[in-house]
Order: sequence, then structure tokens, then C-alpha cells
Amino acid sequence: MSRDTIPGRNIALGTTLALVSLAVIAPLAAVVLSLNGITPEHLARAIASPDAIAAFRLTFVASLVAALIDLVLGSFVAWILVRYQFPGRPVLDALVDVPLAIPTAVTGITLATIYGGHGFLGAWLEPHGIQVAYTQIGVALALVFVGFPFVVRTVQPVLAEIPKDLEEAASSFGAGQTLTLRRVIFPLVFPAMLTGFALSLARALGEYGSVVFIAGNLPGKTEIAPLLIITRLEEYDYQGASAVATVLLIASFGMLLAINALQRRFSLARKMAT
Amino acid sequence: MSVADFDATTIAMPGAPPEHVADGARGPGLVGWIAIAVAALVVGGLIGIPLVSVFAEAFQSGLGPFAATFAEPYAQSAIRLTLLVAVCTIAFNAFFGILAGWTISKYEFPGKTILLAIIDLPLTVSPVVAGLAILMTAGAHTPLGSWLQTVGIKVAFAPPGIIAATIFVTFPYIARELIAFMQEQGRDQEESSLVLGATVWQTLWRVTLPGARLALFNGVILCGARAIGEFGAVSVISGRVRGYTETVPLHIEALYNESSFVGAFALAAALAFTTIAFTLIVNANRKSEHDRTAAS
Amino acid sequence: MSALRALAGALALAISVAPISALAEGTTLLNVSYDPTREFYSAYNSLFKEYWKKKTGVDVSINQSHGGSGAQARAVIEGLDADVVTLALAYDIDAIAQKSKLLSPDWAKRLPDESTPYTSTIVFLVRKGNPKHIKDWNDLVKPGVAVITPNPKTSGGARWNFLAAYNYGLRANHGDDGKARAYVTALFKNVPVLDSGARGATTSFTERGLGDVLLAWENEAFYAQREKPGAFDVIAPRTSILAEPPVAWIDVNVQKHDTAKLAKAYLEYLYAPEAQKLACKFGYRPRLTKILGSCGSHFAQMDLSTIRNFGGWDAAQKRFFGDGGVFDQIYQR
Repeated sequence: MSRDTIPGRNIALGTTLALVSLAVIAPLAAVVLSLNGITPEHLARAIASPDAIAAFRLTFVASLVAALIDLVLGSFVAWILVRYQFPGRPVLDALVDVPLAIPTAVTGITLATIYGGHGFLGAWLEPHGIQVAYTQIGVALALVFVGFPFVVRTVQPVLAEIPKDLEEAASSFGAGQTLTLRRVIFPLVFPAMLTGFALSLARALGEYGSVVFIAGNLPGKTEIAPLLIITRLEEYDYQGASAVATVLLIASFGMLLAINALQRRFSLARKMAT
Repeated sequence: MSVADFDATTIAMPGAPPEHVADGARGPGLVGWIAIAVAALVVGGLIGIPLVSVFAEAFQSGLGPFAATFAEPYAQSAIRLTLLVAVCTIAFNAFFGILAGWTISKYEFPGKTILLAIIDLPLTVSPVVAGLAILMTAGAHTPLGSWLQTVGIKVAFAPPGIIAATIFVTFPYIARELIAFMQEQGRDQEESSLVLGATVWQTLWRVTLPGARLALFNGVILCGARAIGEFGAVSVISGRVRGYTETVPLHIEALYNESSFVGAFALAAALAFTTIAFTLIVNANRKSEHDRTAAS
Repeated sequence: MSALRALAGALALAISVAPISALAEGTTLLNVSYDPTREFYSAYNSLFKEYWKKKTGVDVSINQSHGGSGAQARAVIEGLDADVVTLALAYDIDAIAQKSKLLSPDWAKRLPDESTPYTSTIVFLVRKGNPKHIKDWNDLVKPGVAVITPNPKTSGGARWNFLAAYNYGLRANHGDDGKARAYVTALFKNVPVLDSGARGATTSFTERGLGDVLLAWENEAFYAQREKPGAFDVIAPRTSILAEPPVAWIDVNVQKHDTAKLAKAYLEYLYAPEAQKLACKFGYRPRLTKILGSCGSHFAQMDLSTIRNFGGWDAAQKRFFGDGGVFDQIYQR
């Protein structure tokens, strides 16, 4: 153990660990521990019944689709923001942060209203046969909304840091725009895109407030996994709720590890780019 | 320990947009303008329309019904409860944030990476799971919960549970700001202060914290914005008794479900306005910090 | 510095919020009720406050909590600080008594009519014009008919719905349990969604346009008609069940809050003529036959069984709605 230049390590570290245990570890452990003694039939009913499987499938698939859409749209918008000056650019830039800033319940009721049958956009879409509210499309849309800033704000700084000389060097070697884009810029920005995608996905998996108003919540069709937890709680099936929650926690941990690994690689790539 | 090490081991959250100089010499060109238009359409349609709608719906019946929402007793008790929860949450998380920032930046110990990862954990946990976690820890059916009830503290269906759940969800916000800042600062100032005869406490109060004021402020603002808007976790733990355990987001949900749309959106607009203002303040702070350090 | 200020602020706010949560003065009641009673208790609370002010000169305030009856009962067991509970069926209050010992097990005898100041029944709510021609229980199992009912695990109304349906199954098949079971199984195959409470189910049907027929409390059906005049028809099947929602004060809590007298008076006043008339206005069948006679013309004449036909709530709950009971067996979730 190295000699500390500043005293008080043990108290500081001890208290820090105690608070982290109290605030984070203990509650999460309580969820998993509450599964103690659950019968296999109960567990099966909780996470493998048709409704549960449908809820997991909806949550995972919709989150994946939304994160992919965010990846494409977010990277594109980040590119535009970095590349060009144009009137209104600060407004566009500020708007990107909005989904992160506003409370999820506000997002939820607003999207449900706009895309509902009588809403500003819904009234326009539904006669064309596109129903957004109370469908899986609505779920994905809400997730696209909340995940959008994660991609933009992760990609933007990296794009901004790519030195102009890199592109100029490439073009002086005769490389056209597309080739430069593909071979020079894209590899540098790809880790950031991947990280942004992972962040967006992680957020989407656990999202509740933004989705629950527009989703419809029909078991077997438009019920997301977090809502399934609440339904089980309302039936006072605590262990069933914990079982679903544990599945989501495992997914969360997986995402956390993935994001950490990506960012480790990401910072290495950044170091190599400059 | 440098900032780069920090980046590699925690989740980097989207921060303020970097200030950069786009290429002004070459104009966008035709393709460029079309691309800009598409981007504007995407952002405008995806984000702009909902943002405008919040306020449009809130004011659709005019200023009177909008203002009347806030005069309503249940709305007022929801606002009071939300403020109470936010203040308690910020107090706890600020205390922890200062402690964690100090511990991680001033000392060496094994497992720092793991500690940072655990602190970040609440960011990836679904808020509903967070609420469930509090219920499973201290609900009335648990040993801890029953004991707490004998000394008169009710966690589930009462403000303490809401506060605990909100603390969980917002736990990393202040800590991250302070850890990043203090790690960048290093230990030199503190070590000098100790050499000059100050105690650790004096060093903390007089040397470290004053310098970290901005980081602390940003963290508090972000934590507060998140805390007042928390919905999923509170939905699980709250019990939703009007006038008792309804926070503003829950009250918004209640109004919406009983089709009181003006009321729901009035409160929603107030919340959105507050949290967006907070975000803009933090962004401005970060930008000016960035400009300051870039210039020096 | 800022941390201390924050703590001081928290303390100040805690003190200002305290009146909301402190019931020590004895002039605030929390009424934990089932889902559809929002409007009725809102009106009744005003009526009672006036009456109490006139009688004692004291201003009281009454807070309401609403949700599925089963869910509410469990919330009270979990520690929701109810002074009185006004739930959908006797079993839910019995559960509170058994599981938490918060009130006396013979609570039902403390007020007239087994502590049920009003009754109701189960009817059908359909779209205007009854496009699917739903006249009676057998129409509910026709293919292409979507039936909306809440979740029996959480909602009291849903359990009355279930028993009313099962009752029909028995009647139509000379008491054959197997055939009755087959009937409810077919019925629940036509159910697309289970809301947690009766009001949620009503909203699904009336606001979100789900389903062709809503199985509802009679009072809830009238509520829907009031909210959207001309949009629905109420169909009374020939047979149904007499739903008896009971009320009780929670002994331990009213001792704690010093509201024993107030809570008792609050519940007793439900039997007074003015309150009975109010209940009738909101679609509940009053116990006072005089009031029922004068205002009850909108209540259909039906052949009503009671919970006693099922051997009482204890038996019925275990048999049908307990873990692994009939509902669990027939409704594959």
C-alpha cells in the first residue's frame, strides 16, 4: 500500500463505501435476494409466461430498433452540426438536449397526445393507416425520442476534434469526399457512434414514463417489461416482480460492461487520432 | 490519474455541445443545404413539435385555466412534496459527491475502477426497478421495514420512500461532476495546504471546495432537475395518495388519466420549463469553463 | 456551507409539509376506497363536512385514495395510513383484519346491513345502438366480441364480474360446475386487456375505444353515460349478482390519529337519508327502501344471486381468486 500524502484515507474510503453500499448495493441486492425460495413454477410464470415473454421481446426489440434509428439519425445530425454554419444552428443544437432535459412523464403525455387519434400528428397519420398510439410503433417512437441526445452528444465532440488537416491531407492524395468519409473519418468516429448506440440502448431498455402513456399496455402486445413489474406488484406478487426486475438488471449490467469496454477502446482511439 | 483514465472507466454522459469552429470558408453548397434542411426536419419533427406542444396544450384555454392549475390544493401539495424530495435528495447526494470526489482524487487504493462503475450503476437501472429495490429493502413486509415502523418511520407509501428512491436514481449526478473536476485538479494544492500546517478539514473547506464550486453547482442543478422529474421509481413506491404522496409528475399522470388535460399540461409545462432552464444553465457554465481553460 | 443551507431548507420544508402528512390533530381522515367511487366520495365528503360543521362547529378535511380494491387492501396492510376503508367486497377488509390485525375481525357487525350502506350489481355497457347485439351473458362468448373487465387479482369489481359470469354459467347448465368453468374460460378468451381497477377498465372502454362490451358496476355504467351522453347503452342481463361493498374504520390507525369518533360518524352518516339519496344519484342502490323507492327508477329489475350462493367470500376468494385458483387455471398469462 503506497504511502498517502494526504491523511484520512481510511475514514474517507470507509464512509464512501458505506454510503455506496447503503444507497446502491443494498437495494439492488434486496431485489435479487427476495427471489430466495421462489418455486420453479412461480418463476416460470413470472418470466416465461406468454405475457412475460411478449413484454421482454417488445422491450428488447423496440429498444434495439430505436437505438439503431438513433444511431443513424443522431450521427447524421451530429455531422451537420459540426460541419456547417447556418442560421438557426444554435437552436438546433439546443433542441438536441431537450429529450434529456425534460421529465419522462412530460414526454409521455405529450407524445401520447400528439400521436393520438385527435393529436396534431396522429390526426394526420391515422387516416393514412399509420397508427402510432397504442401500438409497438408508438413504443419505438418514444424510445427514439429519449435516446436521441445520447448518440448526438457522444459523436459530436469526436467529429469536432478531427483535425482539418487530416481531410486536407487525404484530398491532397487525391481521395474524393466519399472515400475520405469512409476511410478516414468513419473509423475515427465509429467507436463514438458505437458508444452512443450503447448508451441509447441502455436507456431505452429501462424506460418507463415516456413509453407507458403511448404504449397501450395490452398484455401480450404492447406491454413493456417495466410495466410488467408494476402489474405484478399491484397483484402483490413481489417475487414475480423481482424476477422480471432481475432479468432487466442482468441486461443493465451487460450494457454497463459493454459501455465501459467501448469507452476504454474509445479513449485509446481518441489518443491515437490526435 | 488523469481525466483520460477517468473517461475509460465510467459512462461518459452527454455534456454541453463542444464549441468549435465549423468551416466558414466554404459555404454549405447545395448538397449541404439539403442535408441541413433534412437535419432540421428531423430534429424539428422529432423534438421541436413535442416541445412546442407541451406549452401549446398548457395554454390552449388561455392564461386563466393555466394559472388556476397551480392554485389547486392538490397541485400545491404535490409541488411542496416534490421540492422537499428534491432538497433532501440534493443534500444527501451532495454530501456523498464531495466525499467521493475527495476520496477518489486524493488517495490511491485498489478497486477504484470498480467503485466508479458502482457509482454509475443507477444510470443504467430502470427507474421502476429502482423503486422496486427500495420497496424490497424497506417495505413494511421486510425486516428493516417492520423495524422502522416500530420507531415511526414509514418508508413505503410515504415521503421517506420517495426520497430514498429519488436518491438512488440521482445518485451519480453530483458525484460525477466532482470526481471529474477533482481528478483534474490533482493533489498539489491540497498537499501544499497540509505542508503549510492546515488540517484535512481546513484543506477541504478552504482549498478544495471553493475551487470546486462550479462543478458542485452544476451537479446540484443536474441532480435537482432529475429529481423533480422522477416518475418511474416514485410510481412504484409512492402509493399515490392525493395530498400525501403525490409528487408533481404523479399528479400530472393523475390529471391526465382523468382527462384534465389543461391541468396536466400546465404542470408539465412548468416542469419542462424548469428542467430545460437548468440544463441551459449547466451548458452555459460548462461552455464558459471550456472557453476559460482553452484560452489559458 | 451550501450543504448546511440545504439541510436547513429541507427542515423548513419538512415542517411546512408536515400538516399534510400529520394526522395528529384528529380532524383529517384518509378514506382508502375502491376505484369507481371517486365522484361519489368527492360529493359525499362535501356533504359530510357541512353536516359535521353544523353539528360540532369543527372543520374537517378528508383525503381520498382510489385504486383496485384488492390492491388498496394490500396497501393498507403494507402501511397505507387509512382511517377508514370503503372497499368493494368484504373479503378485502377481512384480509386487512387477518393479515395485519389493524381492525377487529367482527368489523362487519359494527354497522347496519353487514356494514354495506349501499349495493350495486354487474351490468353490461355497450356502444350506442348495441352493434354487436349483446343481450345477455351467452352473447359475451360469441366469436369476435371483445369483453373489457379489470383484473380479478387487483380489482373488487372484477371479482364481482367473474362471480356474476360464473353464476350465469351455473344457472344455464343446471349447476354443472364443469360447464360453468368452460363458460368463464371462453369468456376470458374474449378479454384483450386487464386493467388493475374498475375505473381503468372504464377508461379503456370509453376513452381508448377498446372492446365491444364493458362488464361494469352498475354505478360505473351510469357514470360512463353521464360523462359521454349518447355514446353508450346500458344492458342489464337477466341474471347477475348483488354486489355489497362494505365500509369500516381501521381501529389501530384511528387510535393513532385520534380520529375514532370522527371516523365512526363519517361512516354512520352514509346511512342517513341525505347520503342515501346522494348515493342513489351516483348510481348506487341505497339500503333505505324509502329512498330506493323514490329515486331508484333507473335500476333494472334483475334476478340477483348473492355471495352466499358461493358459500361466502372466504370460500369464494380461496376457490376462485387465490394463488392457483380457478382464475389462475383458466386465464393463461
